[in-house]
Amino acid sequence: MIFLTVGTQLPFDRFVEAVDTWAAKHPDIEIFGQIGEGDYQPKHIKYCAFLDEQAYKQEFDKASVVLAHAAMGSIITSLIESKPVVVFPRKASLGEHRNEHQLATCRNFEQLDGCYVTYDVEQLYKTLDDVSSLKAGSLGQFANTDLMDSIESFILSDS
Amino acid sequence: MKQKKLLAVASQGGHLIQLMRLKPVFDRYDTSYVSNHYRDGMGSKFSKVTDANGDEKLKLLILFVQMAWIMITKRPDVVISSGAAPGFFAVMLGKLIGAKTIWIDSIANAEELSLSGKKVGAFADMWLTQWPNLVQPSGPQFQGRVL
Repeated sequence: MIFLTVGTQLPFDRFVEAVDTWAAKHPDIEIFGQIGEGDYQPKHIKYCAFLDEQAYKQEFDKASVVLAHAAMGSIITSLIESKPVVVFPRKASLGEHRNEHQLATCRNFEQLDGCYVTYDVEQLYKTLDDVSSLKAGSLGQFANTDLMDSIESFILSDS
Repeated sequence: MKQKKLLAVASQGGHLIQLMRLKPVFDRYDTSYVSNHYRDGMGSKFSKVTDANGDEKLKLLILFVQMAWIMITKRPDVVISSGAAPGFFAVMLGKLIGAKTIWIDSIANAEELSLSGKKVGAFADMWLTQWPNLVQPSGPQFQGRVL
């Protein structure tokens, strides 16, 4: 199953419509979307506006691939749970967010294993066409030890 | 020696996920958590605060009062946050009551610090960014990433 999420704060019709359009040509692949309260009503995927934490986790766990807007929560969770994540950024220039930080996130994360950034619909389709070949990155459950060590020495320091 | 009291603060979502990746450190101290939602791993010491962002003046005021109350009742030795609004207030108020304060700016801010991450510099004893390119001599430092 492929899990699509656009987060809970804003709708993201351009992304949802693109995935729905792709799904129309791939009826054999199951897709479930948490799509917020946009205007676009998908016809070829299962969806709901919002999932509570438990339901979200349930759908997320079932997914072999995650499709997400470029939000850190979705990206990091996918990486932690060893699921390949296809990222499609919101663009403030299209009124999809307050600023262009999702584009910045993408530029910085596109080198990471398991993170597949797609900047436009064409690139998204191309990546989805190869969906079975996408591979998950590997990331431990906790922060790197250097960071934890410096925080701990700071906590224990006298000043 | 009495175990140090930590207060770990983050808004729900990505900020909280990043913060919780430091859990091995939190587990070695008497740590309380503050967020908008309970999350597995926090244990019994959890305080819920209202969800507010920079545009919502009234909610921010409520959040500020909630955080001030938590700070007065918990009296942490160390306040640590990855953002956003709740973390900013926690670090500011923590500094006022004499706690050590740690700010780890979200990994999402790779080209510019977050708004709260910039303002918090005045109150954070340890001021960290997760991107080496954002390090400044009198600004945030880089010590590694939560990933």
